[in-house]
Amino acid sequence: MTKPKISALLLSVSLILFAAGCKKKVPPPPPPPPLAATPTPTPPPPKPALQFSAEPGTIERGQSATLRWSVSDATDISIAPGIGTVTARGERQVSPTDTTTYTLTASGPGGSDTATATVNVTAPPPPPPTPTPVPKKTLSELLSTEVQDALFDYDKSDIRDDARATLTHDAEALKSIFTEIPDAVVQIEGNCDERGSAEYNIGLGDRRATAAKDFLVQLGVPADKLKTVSYGKERPVCTDANEECYQKNRHDHFAAAQ
Amino acid sequence: MRKQTVWTVVLCAAAAVAGVVAQEREIIKISKGERAVLAVPDLRGSGEAQQYMGAFNQTLWGDLDAAGLFNLAPKSLYWLQVPQQPRDFRPEQAASASTGNVRPNGGGLQLSDWASPPVSAGYLAFGYSGVEAGQFVLRGWFYNTGRPLGGAQIFGKTYLEPLGEDGARKVAHEFAADILQQFGSPSLWNTKIYFTSERSRGVKEIWGVDADGSNLKQVTFYKSLSIMPAVSPDGARVAFCSFAHGNPAIQVFSLETGRRLPFYNEVSSLTATPEFTPDGKQILFASSVTGWAQIYIANLDGSGMRRVTNSRSIDMEPKVNPKTGTQIVFISDRGGMPQIYRMSAEGTDVQLLTDGTGEAVNPAWDPDGQHIAFAWTRGYAPGHYNVFVMDVATRAYTQLTHDAGRNEHPSWAPDGRHIVFSSNRSGSEQIWTMLADGNQLKQLTTQGINTQPVWSK
Repeated sequence: MTKPKISALLLSVSLILFAAGCKKKVPPPPPPPPLAATPTPTPPPPKPALQFSAEPGTIERGQSATLRWSVSDATDISIAPGIGTVTARGERQVSPTDTTTYTLTASGPGGSDTATATVNVTAPPPPPPTPTPVPKKTLSELLSTEVQDALFDYDKSDIRDDARATLTHDAEALKSIFTEIPDAVVQIEGNCDERGSAEYNIGLGDRRATAAKDFLVQLGVPADKLKTVSYGKERPVCTDANEECYQKNRHDHFAAAQ
Repeated sequence: MRKQTVWTVVLCAAAAVAGVVAQEREIIKISKGERAVLAVPDLRGSGEAQQYMGAFNQTLWGDLDAAGLFNLAPKSLYWLQVPQQPRDFRPEQAASASTGNVRPNGGGLQLSDWASPPVSAGYLAFGYSGVEAGQFVLRGWFYNTGRPLGGAQIFGKTYLEPLGEDGARKVAHEFAADILQQFGSPSLWNTKIYFTSERSRGVKEIWGVDADGSNLKQVTFYKSLSIMPAVSPDGARVAFCSFAHGNPAIQVFSLETGRRLPFYNEVSSLTATPEFTPDGKQILFASSVTGWAQIYIANLDGSGMRRVTNSRSIDMEPKVNPKTGTQIVFISDRGGMPQIYRMSAEGTDVQLLTDGTGEAVNPAWDPDGQHIAFAWTRGYAPGHYNVFVMDVATRAYTQLTHDAGRNEHPSWAPDGRHIVFSSNRSGSEQIWTMLADGNQLKQLTTQGINTQPVWSK
């Protein structure tokens, strides 16, 4: 093929392509609008400037801290909580009871802004230690919780089986109490129910108290730590006329000796 | 005498069946059948004295009635004409020279008219009162209606006391006492009864009251337990058991000065149930100084303490025979339950008086030294005490209270005819008196809880 023929072919193809391309052509964009005629802009007013601090930042409860602030470019200035509107510069004593974050809010033509200052409140130091740093039970409390009454049959001072068990337990409890409270002295109080005579019951209560003391001493409780007294039927724990009450009153009770 | 007959029977029976047969026989001779009959018409007073005669007559009648010694003929049976003085009687013999006058008060009655039905009195008390020098004066006579007028006067006497109701009552007490004395019985007027009273919970004090229930007074103020009073024979001291210093201990208190007297208690878990000896020079009591309660004797201040009983039991409530001063009755549980025993003043010759049943406590001597009163649960459940009286020589006994609550702490009046005791028959424990045969019950106290009475001079 000759050189002109190739050129003619290229031209025709270009034309075809061109023709095809013309069919999708968008309209030319409109000319950009002319810029509006604005005045020469003045610089905007500055936002308020805040300085806010609390000194010291940590106090003990009951002490006070000083809030200081300095604000410019603001018309309304307030501090919350609890202070309210303030002047542009100032300081204020505060004594919050708990840690408090104070917020300084300032607003002016240039906008508003806030700043915070926190006063940390700590608890005061604990009071000096009490004389008994470890709460100890009194002798009376120990006796009432650790030592049980021994019960008796009517007109008897024999140590029954149940009293034997009770007193065996009581012996250990008493030894432990005497270790804990070396100067303790315990009074064994013999009591009777209301049926016997007042006079004889003084004797019977005495024998009941002595019986328990002898038993406890045999189990190793020091005799000089145990006193005895008989209340006969003079100090009843109940006054009903039935066996349940009678049994309650036929007992040795353990109390702190005076 | 009937009493002696009874004891003869008792002794015979005792030989055969250990006294059981005769146990319920009469122990104290207080029977209505043998009583003298007295006519005690209302006496009148002249002028200002008359306004106090209501109190006078009430007191005179009350004392004679309470004595339990007589039958008082009912006033409704009396003649309307009451003699005011001896010359108001019309002599029996018409021949008497001075019988022509009208007798304004005696109504022309003879003394013997009072001995006849309907009055049928063996004795007549009469008289009149008036005011002399600002004093209430009584002229009182006591006549035996069974005798001729000339020899009928047993006594005639003038009594003077300050004018007023108290004076009139006092005169009546004195007149009644003189009448009682004719029958060998001391008046109980002005005798005192001491007892234990609980008027706030847990606090017991010694109180006193007159035998007729008047003059109630608190004696001790310890705000503790003051119990088991005993009075000295002269009535000047009271000994009692006090918890004021911890363990029960004896305190002695002067009733004259109201002060505590010294008494040394040996260190022991208890010192209790004090009792004066009849001579008033020593005190017996129970002490646990050597172990369990045993009986000791000591001087009035507690010195010279000496052991009397020696047992492995509880011995308490020692009471010395007021007549002999030697025999001691006491309670002991040496045989199991507490019973009443007798021993010599040295603690020897111990004998069981009760029969071993129930619980026998609170022995108290009759002033005659032959009988004891005591509280016993014999025949009843524990706690149900009745007052019994026993002839100590024969051990024959009789039960004075029956099915009326709990009756304890008998104590004899100085007349040996009355017994004071505590009873809950009214609902709470109170002090009562009765005749020693169980009759004529009278409640002396009503307030608080009152027990452990002891009759003093």
